[in-house]
Amino acid sequence: MHKQNIIEVDGLTKKFGDFTAVDAISFQVKRGEIFGFLGANGAGKTTAIKMLIGLSRPTEGKGKVAGFDIDEEAEQVKKNIGYMSQKFSLYDDLTPKENIRFYGGVYGLSRNRIKERTRDILKELRLEEVADKPVVALPLGWKQRLAFAISMVHDPDIVFLDEPTGGVDPQVRRQFWETIYQVAEQGRTIFVTTHYMDEAEYCDRVSIMVTGKIEALDTPEKLKETYNANTMDEVFLRLVRY
Amino acid sequence: MAAVLVENIDKSYGNVTALKSIGFQMDDGEIFGLIGPDGAGKSTLFRILTTLLLPDGGRASVAGHDVIQEYKHIRKKVGYMPGRFSLYQDLSVEENLSFFATIFGTSIQENYDLVKDIYQQIEPFKKRLAGKLSGGMKQKLALCCALIHKPEVLFLDEPTTGVDAVSRKEFWEMLQSLKKKNIAILVSTPYMDEASLCDRIALMQNGEILKIDSPGQMVIDFQKPLYAIKTEHTYTALSYLRSASFTRSALPFGEFIHLTTNKPYEALQIKDDLERVGIPIQEVKRTAPSIEDIFLDLSQTNEPIDA
Repeated sequence: MHKQNIIEVDGLTKKFGDFTAVDAISFQVKRGEIFGFLGANGAGKTTAIKMLIGLSRPTEGKGKVAGFDIDEEAEQVKKNIGYMSQKFSLYDDLTPKENIRFYGGVYGLSRNRIKERTRDILKELRLEEVADKPVVALPLGWKQRLAFAISMVHDPDIVFLDEPTGGVDPQVRRQFWETIYQVAEQGRTIFVTTHYMDEAEYCDRVSIMVTGKIEALDTPEKLKETYNANTMDEVFLRLVRY
Repeated sequence: MAAVLVENIDKSYGNVTALKSIGFQMDDGEIFGLIGPDGAGKSTLFRILTTLLLPDGGRASVAGHDVIQEYKHIRKKVGYMPGRFSLYQDLSVEENLSFFATIFGTSIQENYDLVKDIYQQIEPFKKRLAGKLSGGMKQKLALCCALIHKPEVLFLDEPTTGVDAVSRKEFWEMLQSLKKKNIAILVSTPYMDEASLCDRIALMQNGEILKIDSPGQMVIDFQKPLYAIKTEHTYTALSYLRSASFTRSALPFGEFIHLTTNKPYEALQIKDDLERVGIPIQEVKRTAPSIEDIFLDLSQTNEPIDA
């Protein structure tokens, strides 16, 4: 595996019976990149992500994520990545502090390290005031940023964000993306899925899946050039609509 | 007659105010959009208008009937597609449709014309259980079920949330053809780009309507100078612009930064200013606002996040 690649996937395939959900996809993601993983509903995105984060075993092909084989070292993969989905995995009736402690424990951090991380996260997000109130009372935007911070509690090199901005305020959506930029600038890799095509423009590179295959992969700029389109929305429609 | 008439509707859940004196009127055959994020109060309004929830105050009528006094009449005349998929997962596609036709005292055959274009797309799977359909197909089936009794008013609560860009486009094309059949459609969405597909829209946030008008008129009414700036250094440019004295707001918009200023400037002036502080700029141009620009301008976010 190339030093600067944090994801390397070659011929990755997943079949359910006769149905090929993911059809021999190959790609690399560089360290520090914001990588957009797009596709229509049912194109195989979720199945592909599940294989990348060690939750589902590939039928064929191979891949490495954060330096570990996704098939043979799935447990190592899970320990070395962060993951956040649109359904925030926070416990609503626990406080921000308790949520951080819980996830720190799950990832096997020492008691001291958990203390450190709790202090850092609360300070960074300016959540000190509400640190001891149940998460349920927090506004959506704050919950979202807390969930994002917690997905990095164990300091992973790469974070997977599965539709992180669904349903939120346009302003909050933008603030979240600014947080993503900050995190990427610190050298962490961001792997993100979204249905908002303007967000695809915020990515360094974007791949678009159509019926199990990666049909396009490039910078938003180059994709627009190739498909003679003004926006990523047009690129997407041209690729997916037949 | 107004398809929907809403006057000063209030609704609270305990201490939480969901709707604050909401009022608007919707005409027959109109596509009216409620545009706003989660928590704006869209679903509460839907539930009041479909007679599933009582308002705390105010009046509303649908298809000429009062939502409290004459709720039974309304239920026969409206179709409702709730935000959450609520068909019977263990019935087949065909069984669901025939169930909804039967409880409204009609049959699939009687109103087939209305649903034909949509139903044909899922007909090859008519024996499949509804729970086993893909997201896009579930959405089409739910629309058929909401239409099968030929309603006068159709209520669609976030029909395109979580649906990909292509299916969303197809869905809006279906709504345009229903409009031609003179069905009034009240539809909500968190996707601002869908606003331009409505005849009129209400921008909603935190239980209040910020503005009601046609999308075109909203764009014309937007008076502030708006510039689109293209640079490879989005983050640096944003931080600089936010501290600049001429800036009202600077926000990322896809590949551009959208900048509104206190007074008009030449695009070149802005470019020079940014380049003078060492930020390479590819392009600066005056641009027309999108509905999202307008929403962001009107909205006061109550979640201050100081970067």
